[in-house]
Amino acid sequence: MVARTPAVTVAKLIRPLFQRSRLGRTAQVFGVAGSSWRGKAWDSDKIIPPPAKYGGRHTVTMIPGDGIGPDLLRHVQDVFRYSCVPVDFEVVHVNSAMMEEDDINNAITAIRRNGVALKGNIETSHTMPPSHKSRNNLLRTSLDLYANVIHCQSLPGVQTRHRDIDILIIRENTEGEYSSLEHESVPGVVESLKIITKSNSLRIADYAFRLAREKGRKRVTAVHKANIMKLGDGLFLQCCKEVASGYPDIIFDSMIVDNTTMQLVSKPQQFDVMVMPNLYGNVVSNVCAGLVGGPGLVPGANLGRDYAVFETATRNTGKSIANKNTANPTAMLLASCMMLDHLQLHDYAALIRSAILRTMNETRMHTADIGGQGTTSEVVQSIMRLMQGASLRSAAAF
Amino acid sequence: LMAFCLLKVPIHWEERNVTAIKGPGGKWMIPPEAKESMDKSKIGLKGPLKTPIAAGHPSMNLLLRKTFDLYANVRPCVSIEGYKTPYTDVDLVTIRENTEGEYSGIEHVIVDGVVQSIKLITENASQRIAQFAFEYARNNQRSTVTAVHKANIMRMSDGLFLRKCRDVAENYKDIKFTEMYLDTVCLNMVQDPTSFDVLVMPNLYGDILSDLCAGLIGGLGVTPSGNIGANGVAIFESVHGTAPDIAGKDLANPTALLLSAVMMLRHMGLHDHAKKIEKACYDTIESETVRTKDLGGNAKCSEFTNEICRRVQDQD
Repeated sequence: MVARTPAVTVAKLIRPLFQRSRLGRTAQVFGVAGSSWRGKAWDSDKIIPPPAKYGGRHTVTMIPGDGIGPDLLRHVQDVFRYSCVPVDFEVVHVNSAMMEEDDINNAITAIRRNGVALKGNIETSHTMPPSHKSRNNLLRTSLDLYANVIHCQSLPGVQTRHRDIDILIIRENTEGEYSSLEHESVPGVVESLKIITKSNSLRIADYAFRLAREKGRKRVTAVHKANIMKLGDGLFLQCCKEVASGYPDIIFDSMIVDNTTMQLVSKPQQFDVMVMPNLYGNVVSNVCAGLVGGPGLVPGANLGRDYAVFETATRNTGKSIANKNTANPTAMLLASCMMLDHLQLHDYAALIRSAILRTMNETRMHTADIGGQGTTSEVVQSIMRLMQGASLRSAAAF
Repeated sequence: LMAFCLLKVPIHWEERNVTAIKGPGGKWMIPPEAKESMDKSKIGLKGPLKTPIAAGHPSMNLLLRKTFDLYANVRPCVSIEGYKTPYTDVDLVTIRENTEGEYSGIEHVIVDGVVQSIKLITENASQRIAQFAFEYARNNQRSTVTAVHKANIMRMSDGLFLRKCRDVAENYKDIKFTEMYLDTVCLNMVQDPTSFDVLVMPNLYGDILSDLCAGLIGGLGVTPSGNIGANGVAIFESVHGTAPDIAGKDLANPTALLLSAVMMLRHMGLHDHAKKIEKACYDTIESETVRTKDLGGNAKCSEFTNEICRRVQDQD
């Protein structure tokens, strides 16, 4: 997110030696030092791009997940290899059927080591006992990936009912209804706790406004249900208002979640940036993804202070279309482009992204979910062919 | 009201005020006259009630539901011919648990800066609503009931809801039962709403989804809704807001309230009357000549109603 000048390159090489030190907490300490060096407050959550560069190549953790995940991630690897992207993937498998948490803990350690990950969705079967927590959720909370950012944009080549949608959704990713705190107080009566904290709400609101300012957005809308959940969502709304007062150049308004969904299906063009707690985020991001063409098109990022994990926005395992070569690779490929941008490999990101968008505009090259007849491999081939046209052999400027 | 009088529908109207008052013992409740009236007649028709944010007393709508134990909120969403939205051929019903779930209103501040909201799911309530949903599906010739949940995250609570739905489904083998995650439903709903029939779900999801479906057919100005309780008690209402900016100016769209009244007639068994008024209403909207402002026309509320009355008379 921070623009880098060439003069910083030297600092970039030296900082890794401090940050990637193996001395436990040292990384945290220097992480803070790094942010204050850039003149921000101590609780700034500017994501520090992981300088896991050895020999000029980045190492990124890859978690294939279930369903269509492994297939799509393989395509990502193919595309990267084809365009000589200096990224190596450390593949960590997570078996969703296992009761023990060793697998996911390994994955979390790998992400702590590398700082960045690209993942498919890990299935959470709801027939498992309540003690078996959702693996995806565990990952998000352990790494404190507090912001889920989804950018829904109408693509010119895809037919949808609504046009000109450009919504940035920022969803609180760690608390709210997803705390997994449930108990059966009396037989037949189950209580589930929804937790809202002031610090997390302030954090996500701050992130939303900073991102809005950075991207030149004009309006931030907070989505809530404070007329019913007065204390919980009331707190969230209050925090948003507090943060909004520090950004007078950005208009802030709020909307109740049921009205929001209604407005989204009738006039989605009115929304600019939206910030909300966890569950409403789930609903709104799925609605927006549906509006722009479906789950196969939208990438998502889970960002924390120290780590970043990229995946598809709607987090589907796609079990029903696994191994059939019909899944839409766009979402995962765009997620990998977001990852490349995060690693400051902007040229590669731009190259792949433009190839994807140009493939979108040739209607023949659509997969079934957006009304075409192409297979996954055909779409990927088309993308690679388009990349061949553009020249980027000179990007190895390290 | 006018349309009903014209049709000589056999209903005796009793108007009651429902502002919140503090009863003995300090609990907020609705005025006792209102309660008595409802207990006698068992059916009510309600206009919108304002719920101010952070007002100190609980939402009036919630209070009404609790008092009369109206556990099911039914909202049929049917595309209105003549009022074009990007979505055509929508024909689904959302049935939402109305008493518990996330709206139990139980919240505490644990530590300064940490708030905890409790979502309550009970076996009885889930059983009741599932039963209602299947009964409704059977009575209205619906083929599929879909339970909407988030059991992958809220394993115990939504898991309980889901189990109860499955249990009830066993007794209704003629109706297809499916279950779907909330996010998948949202995703598919905006892409292809025709794939859904009857949806049953806990309180919060129901709130969001029923409004989503209302948006698909044209908004809250045209969506009817009914709150059904045990023993045939029911209150039908229009779910839009109070719209204070156009109150008293004869500009509002009465369609929602009218269609809710039609639902009420059906509930009471007066199917003929219901059909006549409904047809008149749809025809009026379809003809595009007389429409209120929110539907894109210029007519006043009374003109719209007059037109509907005229059509009702023509049908006789």
